[in-house]
Amino acid sequence: MTSFRHLLGIEGLNPVAVTSLLDLAESYVLLNRSGKTQRDLLRGRTLINLFFEDSTRTRTSFELAGKRLGADVINMSVSTSSVTKGETLLDTAATLNAMNCDLLVVRHHRSGAPALLAQKVDAAVINAGDGTHEHPTQALLDALTIRRNKGRLSGLTIAICGDIAHSRVARSNILLLTMMGNFVRVVGPPTLIPPGIDAAGVSVHTDMEEGLAGADIVMALRLQKERMDGGMVPSAREFFAYYGLDRRKLGFAKPDALVMHPGPMNRGVEIDSEVADDAARSVIKEQVEMGVAVRMAVLDTLARGYN
Amino acid sequence: MILFRKIRFLDETAQSLREGELLVQDGSIADFGTSLGAPEGAEIIEAEGAVLSPGLIDLRASLGEPGFEYRETIASAAHAAAAGGITTIAVLPDSKPALDDPALVRQIVLRGAETGSVTLLPYGAATRGCRGAELAEYGLLKDAGAVAITDGGHNIASSRLMRRALSYASGFGLRIVQHAEDVELAAGGAATEGARASWMGLPGIPAAAEAIAVARDIRLAELTGGAVHFAHITTAESLALIRAAKDRGLRITCDTAPPYFDLNETAIGDYRTYLKLSPPLRGEEDRLAVVAALADGTIDAIASDHQPRDADDKRLPFADAAPGGAGLATLLGVTLAQVQSGHLSLPQALALLTAKPASWLGLDTGKIAKGKVADLCLFHPDRSWRVAAGQLPGKAQNTPFDGRALEGVVLGTWKAGRRVFG
Repeated sequence: MTSFRHLLGIEGLNPVAVTSLLDLAESYVLLNRSGKTQRDLLRGRTLINLFFEDSTRTRTSFELAGKRLGADVINMSVSTSSVTKGETLLDTAATLNAMNCDLLVVRHHRSGAPALLAQKVDAAVINAGDGTHEHPTQALLDALTIRRNKGRLSGLTIAICGDIAHSRVARSNILLLTMMGNFVRVVGPPTLIPPGIDAAGVSVHTDMEEGLAGADIVMALRLQKERMDGGMVPSAREFFAYYGLDRRKLGFAKPDALVMHPGPMNRGVEIDSEVADDAARSVIKEQVEMGVAVRMAVLDTLARGYN
Repeated sequence: MILFRKIRFLDETAQSLREGELLVQDGSIADFGTSLGAPEGAEIIEAEGAVLSPGLIDLRASLGEPGFEYRETIASAAHAAAAGGITTIAVLPDSKPALDDPALVRQIVLRGAETGSVTLLPYGAATRGCRGAELAEYGLLKDAGAVAITDGGHNIASSRLMRRALSYASGFGLRIVQHAEDVELAAGGAATEGARASWMGLPGIPAAAEAIAVARDIRLAELTGGAVHFAHITTAESLALIRAAKDRGLRITCDTAPPYFDLNETAIGDYRTYLKLSPPLRGEEDRLAVVAALADGTIDAIASDHQPRDADDKRLPFADAAPGGAGLATLLGVTLAQVQSGHLSLPQALALLTAKPASWLGLDTGKIAKGKVADLCLFHPDRSWRVAAGQLPGKAQNTPFDGRALEGVVLGTWKAGRRVFG
């Protein structure tokens, strides 16, 4: 088993570490489906969910993962408390340190904030999404979903569509999927493609037909509301017309191509309901299930390494 | 009286260092030569292998005072300057309040004189409050002691206003110093746009934001007949524009600062906020272009670009941290690294720190000649030290060179013949 102190990003992991995390997560999928728990694994350990940015889904997923392993889970939404009182990120870190927290799950609106915290706290830090940098557990759960459905996690063509520039999910997925030997394409309007991304072995497409041609997996990303009102793209309807994943555009991909979305979805913006809800193609619900299992694997691994 | 012996120095006429002796009397350089007899009562300073240079003249620094005393005070900056061999500092006006009033300019001059170790030459604000809206009183500011006009770290963004500033300043023979960065392109940015910033998830500033600002202002200088000085230039493209403008005889000058010829964007590493600067660190190709422009004379001076920040300004997520690096103590050492690497000769490097900024400021100092005021810096070019944040002289510890080994140790600094360091 690979051991590491924190999980700040996919960067820093290697294929062996990814595979062993996914294998462990796989065992938790079976456990979760059997309705059993393993409450002895993290008994007596404290997990703090420190969220500087609202997120019901990710926070709940970590909370459930911690509880199923027996950890004491505490949720802190900092956006509504200390920050407004002028407390800095590092004040918060010092406070948490004094509470002897073992596992610290952090979401922050600034890139690099979990890395800064990791320098200052004794707990193992798990990045639950930082700014436009990384969201490693999302990439791991996406990888597990792909591996279970395709039977492998290499040699696949994966098209990631939409707002790449502001997406930490895209960055973590590109890092993980290219590291495991897949062909990653990013598809979106040029204003939403981050400069220099093509240097990383990723192909860049501005046309959905070209970007989706022959793809095994099509991932749609959430387009934030503030980006669709003329700042980055002229309107939601123009974005949907050219980049929204609907039945017609999905037709460019392989007939058995899977549809993924990290959620929450903007129906009718980056994805059409008809596609999102198509049980034969969409694995969006399965992604949520895999999220709990992957986070259990991450917590378990870090808690053991930390011991 | 002080007699320096066994030293090397560069006199006004020479192209290379000579070995010899130099006599300081009544605060001025009285004589120098291969061998001077020691006058009675003279203090003798023997420093074999050391170089005696004019005190360094720093074209660009913020001092924290007034308004940001928690970062740096004039007293602490003067201490750091003396330790760095600096005897004259041109002070940026974007303090709080901004130096947009003749009384404030006079106050800075007086506060410098009070230190006894460093001459402070304030810039006058280009616009009231450095807010970029209405012209400040250039004539009154000049009479109070302002050496040139600038809004410091703020770009004068409006083309109309910049045109008027250039035009109006030219009537008083004043230069406009511009922070060359297109404000709209740079808004919200934390690092130079490109693959590195993209992967780190940092909002980017395209390197072209500098060249776009430079191109506009060169054209406005031509339109108005005014003189523009571009501060802390960092890119190959801007330098090409400046080189071409100089060739055409336009009144264009520029400086750069040590981070831009010693470091590139990879130094940011794992979100190290001491490496967050404005303008941001660039790619390696741009760094090399800055080195080349130092050697070929396109760049007229090396300034410390000292921007004091305290821990609360810097211990933040990268995008939230205040940009700026402390630079007084490392100005000489980082510049000398270009001599050790063979890109500059020692006379070239020293000229960029002394004679050239002196001539830009219209000062009668910055050179070794008989009768000149004895502002001097004695340093050993072969002795080394290691930069350590937390142990630098002065209050500001936010050095971008933390951990860097530097050759060139300041042995002593003299202000008008009086020893102020070492």
